[in-house]
Amino acid sequence: MDRLSILLMGFISIVLINNLVFTKFLGICPYLGVSGRIDMAFGMGMAVTFVVTLSGTLTWLIDHLLLMGTPLEVTRYVCFILVIAGAVQLVEMYVRKFFPSLYESFGIFLPLITTNCAILGLCLFINLWGIDNLLEAVVLSFGAGVGFTMAICIMAGIRENLNMADVPESLKGAPITLITAGLLTLAFMGFAGMVK
Amino acid sequence: MANDTNATAGVYKETLIAGLWRENPVFRLLLGMCPTLAVTAAVKPALTMGLSVIFVLFCSNIVVCLMRRLLKPHLRILMFTLTIATFVTIADLFLKAFAPVMSETLGPYVPLIIVNCIIICRAEACASKNGLAVSIIDALGMGVGFTLVLCVLAGVRELMSAGTIFEIPVFSLARTGGWFVPWAAMSMPVGAFITLGLMLGLVNVVSKKTA
Repeated sequence: MDRLSILLMGFISIVLINNLVFTKFLGICPYLGVSGRIDMAFGMGMAVTFVVTLSGTLTWLIDHLLLMGTPLEVTRYVCFILVIAGAVQLVEMYVRKFFPSLYESFGIFLPLITTNCAILGLCLFINLWGIDNLLEAVVLSFGAGVGFTMAICIMAGIRENLNMADVPESLKGAPITLITAGLLTLAFMGFAGMVK
Repeated sequence: MANDTNATAGVYKETLIAGLWRENPVFRLLLGMCPTLAVTAAVKPALTMGLSVIFVLFCSNIVVCLMRRLLKPHLRILMFTLTIATFVTIADLFLKAFAPVMSETLGPYVPLIIVNCIIICRAEACASKNGLAVSIIDALGMGVGFTLVLCVLAGVRELMSAGTIFEIPVFSLARTGGWFVPWAAMSMPVGAFITLGLMLGLVNVVSKKTA
C-alpha cells in the first residue's frame, strides 16, 4: 500500500506539479510547432508518451546495470541518446506502416522526436533525482509522457480558438503562442505544493 | 583572382551576419527554445550556456563538415547526434571540473545541449553541405547570435526580478530604502515565456520597419 501511494504521488507530481513543459521548459519545440490542430497534437503526444516510456525504462536499466560505478559513466549521454534514437526509429517505422496519413502530416517532426528535450531531459532527471527502483522509473516516464500530451492538447485547443481572435499584427504566430504558454504556466503554478 | 577573393570574403561576411540577425536562431528560426527559456533567469548562467553552445557548435560543425562525404542519408541524424553528444560530454566535464557552482546551477541543461535543435540544424543545413571555412564562420555567427539573445533576455529578466545585471545592483531595492520592488514572477517560468513572446513581437515590429 505504501509503495502504491508513493507511485501514485510520483505520477500526479510529474503530470501536474513538475510538468516537464510548464516547469522545466522541456519539449518546447514540438509544443510550439505541432500544437496547431488538436488531432495532430494528440498523435504527437501519444508518440512521445511511447518513446519516453520506452527510453526512460531502458536508460534506467542501462544506467544501473552497466554504467554506474564503472569508468564507462563518461559515456552516459552518448548511450542515452542512442537508446532514444533507436526508440524513435521504431515509432517512425510503425507509424509509416499503420498510419500513413498521420505520417504525412507529421513530416519532419516525427524524426525530430529524437531531439525532443523532454525525453532526454526525463532520462537525465531520473538519473539526477536518484530513482533507484525500476517500477518508479517506469511510472515517472509514463507520467512525463501523459503530462506532455496534456500540455500540448490544452495548447492546441487554445490555439484553434486563437485563430478566430483579433491578435495585433506583430504578435501573430509565435509571440502570442509564447504569451499564451506563459499564462498557462501561471495557471499550473496553482498546483505547486499539492504533493509534498 | 582578386575578384574571387572579394566574392568569398563577401560570402563569409554574409554568413556571419545571417546568424546574428537575419536568420538569428532564436528570433527567426525559433530554435533552441528550451535552454533559451530555462537558463535565462540571470545573466551569468545564460552567458555560460551561450559559451558552451558556441564551443559545441564550433567543434561539431568542423567534424560534421570533415565527414560529410562519408555520411549515409538515413544514418546522418544519428551520426550528428553522436558527434554532438561527444562534445557535450567534454563541455559538461569541463564545467564540472572548473566551474562546479555554475554546473550545479545549470543542472541537466548542459547535457541537454545534445538535443538543442540549433546545433543539429546547423549540422544538417550548413556543415554537411559547405566547405570548412563557411561551416566555421556559420558556427561562430549562429553561436554568437544565440548567446546575444540569451544575454538580452536574461538581462531583462534579472533586472526585473532582482534589480541587478550580472549580479551588479542597478536599481535601489525597496528592501534597503530604494524605490524598486523586485518582481518575483520574472524569475519564474511565466516571466520567461511572456518576456520572450513580447521580445519576438518587438523583433517583428522592428524588422517590418526596416524592410
